Amino acid sequence: MTILRLQSVSKSYSRKPSRQFLRSFVSARLKPPPQEPFYALRDITLELGDGDCLGVVGANGAGKSTLLSVMAGLSWPEKGKVEVHGRLAALLELGSGFHPDLTGAENVRLNAALLGLSRRQVKEKFGEIVEFSGIGEFIDEPLRTYSVGMTLRLAFSVSMAVEPDILLIDEVLAVGDRAFQAKCVERILQLKRAGRILVCASHDMDVLRKLSTRAIWLEHGRIARQGPAEGVISAYEGVLNGGR
Amino acid sequence: MLRRHYGFILSSLVLRDFRIRYRNMSLGVFWSLLNPLVMMGVLTFIFTRIFPNTNIPNFHVFVLCGIVPYNFFALALVSGTLSIFGNAGLVKKVILPREVVPISTVLANGIHFSIQIALLLGITLAAGYRVNEHWVLLPAVFGLEVVFVCGLALITSALDVYFRDIRYVVESANTVLFWMVPIFYSFDTIPQRFHPLYQYNPIAAVVLACRNILLESIEPPPALLSKLAVVSVISFGAGLLVFARLKRNFSDYL
Repeated sequence: MTILRLQSVSKSYSRKPSRQFLRSFVSARLKPPPQEPFYALRDITLELGDGDCLGVVGANGAGKSTLLSVMAGLSWPEKGKVEVHGRLAALLELGSGFHPDLTGAENVRLNAALLGLSRRQVKEKFGEIVEFSGIGEFIDEPLRTYSVGMTLRLAFSVSMAVEPDILLIDEVLAVGDRAFQAKCVERILQLKRAGRILVCASHDMDVLRKLSTRAIWLEHGRIARQGPAEGVISAYEGVLNGGR
Repeated sequence: MLRRHYGFILSSLVLRDFRIRYRNMSLGVFWSLLNPLVMMGVLTFIFTRIFPNTNIPNFHVFVLCGIVPYNFFALALVSGTLSIFGNAGLVKKVILPREVVPISTVLANGIHFSIQIALLLGITLAAGYRVNEHWVLLPAVFGLEVVFVCGLALITSALDVYFRDIRYVVESANTVLFWMVPIFYSFDTIPQRFHPLYQYNPIAAVVLACRNILLESIEPPPALLSKLAVVSVISFGAGLLVFARLKRNFSDYL
């Protein structure tokens, strides 16, 4: 049973001066400036179960990335609870675990390890990962010679090798070419049929339509609208096209 | 959550650091040897020719016993301190136990440390000293130093996320420590009343133990070793605790 549950999750970033320097820290202690929290997420309650695929739409800064980051446990909610049952993998930023000076193959092994595969699993799955990526002979070239799309191919392939129960994807699919995007979508739909959970934030409504069963629309950290994917996505598109 | 293979994650990160460091260098491992040799030469020149006040035999070996543990401490702590900030992408966007980032950085420096230890042992033997039964203690002594630095780096790397000044504090502390560790002077010359300053300084303890074993062929005093062990383990435990408290908000400050 795979579950991803958020209970009235809120997260704010205080607007007081950053505490990067001791001096501002000390002066903030002595004379606290008026605090005016900025809510990145406000009272988000969600429950996803087997086979749910949630599309997340919203303008820049609406809280999409923060939501995924909180779901992944990378960022802590200030209030509320995040419950995860199942193995979670996240593809939040392209090549964040990758290093430009390492070859594709070295990066695959490194990231597979970081994502939690054992030494033996990495050995077993290495061929499969490289094959799915379609990188071919360039796999032994340093990553800095790769295009953005090639990096995505590699990053996505490694994430899939973890066989996650819950997969979080933030935007990244957009940089893949048509063929690879279709391959990714096909692979994600396989996960969906196997009863896994997917959460995908994107500005690419076509991809979201293909993947999601449900959707939420975030506005200033709140859920402005939620429901079956088609309804929410069309409404969001309507606002985008109509202006406001 | 995934079952975590901490050892494999650590070794993968250490391997990464090692590869990155040496891939674009033509002289590679040679650099690990060059720095302590140059320092040894300079300090030996100064304290046997400019201030020839020493009656220490084989001063170059004596001084290298100080340089090698100190070098590891200074380099590993600085790179450990910067590790979270320097791996912000990894820390913010990849689900992994964040403790492994500073620890792996310190361990990657441990590779240079091993090379330098090999150099130290080679020069010790070349100077006419013999292998003795106390050499079996060396791995424990150096190992405790690594544990100690891991603990400190956990603390400083986490603090550096919130206060970017920490890196400069660490650098200044290293400079002070260069003088406060008996690198080019012996423990015997230190007046009795200042001994406590040195006894709880693990780096000084490592240097003293190292000289006991390599140069004097005697077992280091048990009190010295036990203090070193206690301070190192406490440092590591404190490091884990502090890091666990501070790591929650890393994403918001990086």
